[in-house]
Amino acid sequence: MKESKRLLLSGDEAIALAARDAGVALGAGYPGTPSTEILEAFAGYGGRAQWSPNEKVAMEVTIGAAFAGARALCTMKHVGLNVASDPLFTAAYTGVSGALIVVSADDPGMASSQNEQDNRRYAVAAGIPMLEPSDSQEAYDFMFAAIEISERWKIPVLFRVTTRVCHSYTVVQPHETAEPLRAASFERDIRGRVMIPPHARPAHRRLRQKLAAMQEWNESCRLNHIVEGSNSLGIITSGISFMHVREAAPDARVLKLGFTHPLPMNRIAQFAKSVGRCQVIEEGDPYLADAIRAAGIPVEGKPEIYRFGELDVPRVRRILSNDISPEPAKPPGKPPQLCDACYYRIVFESLRKRDCIVAGDIGCYTLGVLQPFEAMDTCVCMGASLGVGLGLRHVLPPDQARRVVSVIGDSTFLHTGINGLVEMVYNPPQTGHVLIILDNSTTAMTGHQEHPGTGRTLLHEPAGKVVIEDVARSLGIRRVHVIEPRSGTDDFDRLLAECLDSSELAVIIARRPCILIAKQLKQYEDQRCECPGASQAAGDCAIPGSPAPLSP
Amino acid sequence: MKKAINVVVAGIGGQGVLKGTDILADVALRAGYDVKKSEIKGMSQRGGSVTGDVRFGDRVFSPMVPGGEADFLLVLEPTQVEPHRYMLRAGGVLITPDAVDASRLPNRKTLNVALLGTLSSHLPMAEDVWLEALRAGFAESFHEGNRTAFLAGREGRKAAGIKP
Ligand SMILES: Cc1ncc(C[n+]2csc(CCOP(=O)(O)OP(=O)(O)O)c2C)c(N)n1
Repeated sequence: MKESKRLLLSGDEAIALAARDAGVALGAGYPGTPSTEILEAFAGYGGRAQWSPNEKVAMEVTIGAAFAGARALCTMKHVGLNVASDPLFTAAYTGVSGALIVVSADDPGMASSQNEQDNRRYAVAAGIPMLEPSDSQEAYDFMFAAIEISERWKIPVLFRVTTRVCHSYTVVQPHETAEPLRAASFERDIRGRVMIPPHARPAHRRLRQKLAAMQEWNESCRLNHIVEGSNSLGIITSGISFMHVREAAPDARVLKLGFTHPLPMNRIAQFAKSVGRCQVIEEGDPYLADAIRAAGIPVEGKPEIYRFGELDVPRVRRILSNDISPEPAKPPGKPPQLCDACYYRIVFESLRKRDCIVAGDIGCYTLGVLQPFEAMDTCVCMGASLGVGLGLRHVLPPDQARRVVSVIGDSTFLHTGINGLVEMVYNPPQTGHVLIILDNSTTAMTGHQEHPGTGRTLLHEPAGKVVIEDVARSLGIRRVHVIEPRSGTDDFDRLLAECLDSSELAVIIARRPCILIAKQLKQYEDQRCECPGASQAAGDCAIPGSPAPLSP
Repeated sequence: MKKAINVVVAGIGGQGVLKGTDILADVALRAGYDVKKSEIKGMSQRGGSVTGDVRFGDRVFSPMVPGGEADFLLVLEPTQVEPHRYMLRAGGVLITPDAVDASRLPNRKTLNVALLGTLSSHLPMAEDVWLEALRAGFAESFHEGNRTAFLAGREGRKAAGIKP
């Protein structure tokens, strides 16, 4: 990579390129807007990248790699970190031998998410350092810094980005590679790695000492800088907000924070003293403002209405002029819809016709909530359709309970729905339950990623395959049906009626490849059949793309 | 160019909105400007509306065009004109499919490229830089069609007698 080359990269691509240039040995994650492109680009640049069934597993895999001394990258959207937080919190205690960079891609404004949680809180809760780049060049540069910090303090680093950093393209000049790598090698450290209470107690103290040392280091860290300007207005900011600030208040003096946990409080105090009015500009929760005020530094936060949604230049201008008048509503765009030829339509028509109470889940099929179907009654988080559906069944009067159906996609089923299926077998409702798995052989919603049920790797090469009906049957469920919903027949509808009436546990796998990529899927399958290495899975070749038998 | 130029491209999924902003941003990059491009990807493939912002100049900060500050608004789908009109500044230029003579397009898929042609006639970047970016942005087999569409869009305006 030549020093002078100017590339126009998204933040996601810049993270991926830096990971490649910095010698990251393994990237793992689970798709989720706006993080998905990181691993795809990393693989494209020649890095080793893989999709895990969910974020918790991805976190554990990368913790393992970092225990072995390698540089590892774990990527997910903000809600993914909820799933992965269990291993993360204790990895803060164990620390790592190599580097572990955890990318959390937050989605203020919810361009495509179910909530707008602010994951900067996770850095505080877990006690790990956090970096926040403002554009693609910083995303590139900060990855090197994150690796340096992770290796220096032997701790996972939270690399927090937002939709506008991930998906905006800005100019990047890549540079030379990082410190040379050490080869991965296992070193036994039982007291450091096995978190039984007698080991974890001192580990917690070590973690707090590391944080104190990092805070000290952060006071003069190059990842924070001051943009000189008039002393009458000082602004403390980070992430994408910095860019809006520079445009909305070109004359202000700005403290731009890149290393945002633990915060460099002395530097912040000095800055606040140096200016007349000191305003904090940040998207989402008042994370900076609360922390700075708690440290006894007088700064102004933003009015509450700016907690919601993304910031942009006009909103920053409003914050600076303390304008809390109602904001002009943006005209609504055209909402997405289920594709005209999507087979999910047949399923939702049937659910609507039978007046089912639908515990839904997250994926393209969530669009079944919209007209003309309006056939979804709950959607909480990935995998929740099972548990929520079972809970409804447990307490509703029988005439209502019998109409409850859980609906989930194939990728979501393997993500966390599978645990709910175990619950269904273990604590079955008296009226039984019906689970519909919409298996379109891909993770469609986030742009068609592979998952363990497709039997292909991130790069679409043959891999082991989890056969969903086999999983269900192995749990002892007798009614497991595989069906290809087709228009012009009422096969699906009849099967659904039969299952609802049975008062037993039933799993209906509605299988048909996503029409947006049906051709591609066919090609992958053909390759899979030709590939001698995939002989073990050869028996599955007939399934996607060809009508599956209606099995009892 | 001291003040950055703001362009917003709008349409619905499948029309090549994002491809259009890719090309425009690449042209600005090739011409040596600072460039930022922002898009909201979500469920664009499911027919939802899609917009992309491109800003270029000596120095660009926010990647998003502030409402009411777009110098140019390119709309590929007529129903999307009104929802996005608020983005235009007073005196800003609206470019819609009416700007090009549809009969001169090799096919409907090249509308995005044709509208870029119309836009190009307002902007300082040289024609060959546009053509280079078009060549680099698509498979070679599309280039002739794209070139035709681009030039139709670029000349369409001249034919209509509007001055850049
Ligand atoms: C914890 C978590 N991780 C990731 C996402 C992003 N996401 C939403 S739905 C989905 C998967 C959808 O795939 P699938 O279940 O196969 O349904 P399809 O879109 O193919 O219909 C993903 C990755 C999320 N919302 N929550």
